[in-house]
Order: sequence, then structure tokens, then C-alpha cells
Amino acid sequence: MKNEVKIQEVNPLLNDRRSFLKISGLTLVTTGLLLAGCSHDDNEDMPIYDTTLPGIRNGIFDLGSGDFGVLTYAYALEQLEADFYTKVVNASSFNSVFNDIEKQVLTDLYHHEVIHRDFFKAALTGALPNPSTQLLPSLAFNYGSMNFNSRTEVLATAKALEDTGVAAYNGAGKLIKSPDYLVLAGKIVSVEARHASAIRSLINPNSADFAGDDIVNPTTGLDVAKDPSKILPIAGSFITTPFTAKYLP
Amino acid sequence: MNILKFIETFADERVMRSTGSRRDSFTQFGNIGKTLAIASIPFGLSSLANKALAKDITATPATPIGALQFALTLEYLEDEFYAMALDSGVIPASENGGRDLKVFQQIAAHESDHVKFLIAGLGGPASANFVPKPTFDFTVGGAFDPFNDYPTFLALAQAFEDTGVRAYKGQAGNLISTPDLLTAALQIHSVEARHASEVRRLRGLKGWISGNERGAGMPVETQAVYNGEELTVQAGYNTATLFGAAAGSEAYDEPLTTQQVVDIANLFIV
Repeated sequence: MKNEVKIQEVNPLLNDRRSFLKISGLTLVTTGLLLAGCSHDDNEDMPIYDTTLPGIRNGIFDLGSGDFGVLTYAYALEQLEADFYTKVVNASSFNSVFNDIEKQVLTDLYHHEVIHRDFFKAALTGALPNPSTQLLPSLAFNYGSMNFNSRTEVLATAKALEDTGVAAYNGAGKLIKSPDYLVLAGKIVSVEARHASAIRSLINPNSADFAGDDIVNPTTGLDVAKDPSKILPIAGSFITTPFTAKYLP
Repeated sequence: MNILKFIETFADERVMRSTGSRRDSFTQFGNIGKTLAIASIPFGLSSLANKALAKDITATPATPIGALQFALTLEYLEDEFYAMALDSGVIPASENGGRDLKVFQQIAAHESDHVKFLIAGLGGPASANFVPKPTFDFTVGGAFDPFNDYPTFLALAQAFEDTGVRAYKGQAGNLISTPDLLTAALQIHSVEARHASEVRRLRGLKGWISGNERGAGMPVETQAVYNGEELTVQAGYNTATLFGAAAGSEAYDEPLTTQQVVDIANLFIV
């Protein structure tokens, strides 16, 4: 299914185009769509795959591919982050376990991630051709034996989630065809990176861990980028609602 | 120049499946730079170069190669700024458990890496795409004293990192046709955001930007870095609804256009 990310095989379906305009408010045909259309001229006979859209296939929700698949993937990750920080700030010992700066950081992260989650829900509901069957449902989560009243465990999990979020968005950027969606994802990923840096700095303040050699390659200065197939097993360990991502790389 | 044919060369199997070793990716990154040479406009030769100060940089073309040239100029600026600061001794070595020095040594190392990475990506110093380092004046004609006054250094560091985040974001659309370059730019973009967060927190601020606040102690000249960050409507969704405008604006970083970044950078170029 690697083919799904090739520029030549983008299908600017009428539905996609209409809903894209709906979410972005743009009245211009963008460069991305123009390119897709021009490239597609060579492939008139190509069959149209409905796997570009999220929805239930073979009895299980699949994220699909294409821009809506990528955005739905991001929605799943934001659901996880939002759920985690909601549990963190509502834990019984939140006010006593964390100092004032830590409480402020974690409360801000709770706000930001809930906003990200609700944003994706609203945007996808408005943009998907048939949201009643294509919108990813609200997922359920299980953190196993994690103790939400343990500073060490909460910060370590937050670090893992934020670094994973950065790598996920960095890896998914190239799968996005619409420049507007790409910029929207870019607006979020840098905030996730700001989060990751802050959490790492709380864990180990007198250090270079905010952008440590374990995460930023010390030879190239590049952060991590990972494909969905590498991210979902990590995130999926907390997600109990079954879904698949058969058409994302 | 047939720009569509040019762009389609990036969609071929070889480039799309570049999942080899880091060395392979890096080599390919260099090859892409060579391929791009045919479509590039040499930096600084733009017809827009009609400014009073001839040494000012001008906006790069909205092409992948233009985006990389633009990024390199910003990385030159950051790299030289931190190298000069480390040389000057302005960064306290022992306060905060040595935190500040460790932080800026790490940031400096990354900016140096980014310069090397982008030069290689553009095909090396002999390439027609290569852009030389401008001459910087971080005192802005004597208005600032960043290498003797630590708070001034910190304020400029914050401004440069927050600008870097917004600048890379503004170039994403110019790289959408070249997936490998886009990924590399995103991988630098998030590092700049990690830096920005830490520098802001060193200054006692939040790691993220509330509204268009430049933050306590920031010179008014840096306000251009923050204008437009106050946005609270994203794709029609009001991000202020749940927790207010500050949280809503913090949750998203906004891009700067090439020209907006050029205007900021030119403050420091002589």
C-alpha cells in the first residue's frame, strides 16, 4: 500500500475537494490540488480506491489513507494525550505531588491536548463526506498499573507521549497532500515539541535533555520522524478500542 | 522550465522509498540538491533586490531549493550567534548547576549541525545553490549588547528560536512536493521548538506563546516575532471556547511568511 503516498496516484475526488474547501475556507484551488490534478491526467483509467477515507472495513474501523487518514491518525493520538492529561490533573494527589511549576506545565498540557482533540473532532466532522460512519469514534484507554499519583511515572509517561507525538507528526507530514492541512499539522507539532522539551526539563533540569542526544541526532541535529506503523504499536499499548491502519505506511 | 516535470522527478520510486540508512538518506538529500539546481534562482539575484541596504537578504523563491536556502541563512544566524556567545563567556558557567551553559552548548551544537546538513543538502559549497553566510551584527548598530549582557543574550536567543519555529512552519508548503526535504525540515523545525521552549523557561516564561505576548524583558524590537500568534480560530474551530484565548493560542504555533522572517533577520544583517 506504499503506492498510496505517491503524488501520481492522488485522487482529487469531488467529495474530497468540496470538503477540503469547507474546512479551510479557501476559495482558491491550491497548488497541491493543482499538482495532483495535472499528474492524474496521465492515469485516467486508474481505479478509485475508497481506502483513502476512514471508516469500517471488514467489521473494524480503519484510519484509511490520504489526508483524512493522516488527520484521523492524528486525532487518535490527540485523544490519547488528552485522556492522559485529564487523568493526571484529576488524580487525587495532583496538588500535593507536583510543585507549582510542574502543576502549571501539566495543566497547560491538559488544556492544549484537549483543545487539539476537540479541534480534530470538529474539523473532521465538518470535512469528512460522511462523518456518521467515517469519524473515528471516541477511543477507550487503559494505562495498566500506572500510578497517576506518582510524579516519576506521570512525567515519564508524559515524556514518552510527547516525544512520540513529535515523531509521529514529523513522520506523517510527507503523507499530507494539502498545504493547508500540512500547515495545520505543523502548528500542532511544534507545540508538542515545546511540551516534550518542558517535560524533559522538569525531569532532568540541569542537563541537555530538553533536546537530548537520545532524541535529537547529535550528528545531524535532526529530531525523530516515524511512520504510523512504528507509532501505533507504542500508542496502541494504551488504547483498548480496536482499530486498524492498513493503508498508512 | 517545466516545473511540473521537475516536481514529478521527486515522486519517483527511488526517492519515495528512501528508507535506507542515515548515510544513504543523507547522500540522497545531497543528490536532490543537485537535481534542484536547474530550477533554482541564485540567492540574492532576485529582481526584488532594490532595498536601500544592499547587503540585506531578500525573500527566496517559493520553491524547495528557495526554502532550503532561506533555512540555511537563518541557521547561519543562529549558529554564529551561539558560537560568539560561547566564545564571549557571557553565559554563566556555574549558576543553576551549570544548566545555562549545558543548554546553550547543546543548542549551539544543533545549529552547527543544521548549517552543515543544509549546505550538504544544497549540494555543498561549490554548488550553484549554495548561499554564503551574511555578515551579522547582533548588536543591531549598538542597540543591544548580547555578548556582555546575559539577559540581552537570553532575550535574543528566545527571539531567534521562536522565529525559527515560525519560519520553518512558513516554508512547509514550499516543500510539499519534495517529501524527503519536507521531512528533514520538519525534523529541524521540532528541534527549534524544543530549543524555544527551554530558552523561554530559562527566562522564567512558559515554554509556549500566549497570545502575541513577547514576554517580560523582551525588547520591543522583537514584537514582530510574536505578532499573529494570538490566533484562536483554526480551520473554523474556536480554540478559545474551552479554556480561554491564552490556552487556545498557546496550543498552536503560527507560521511567518518568508518576507516577515526576512524583515526580522535583516535587523541583524549588515
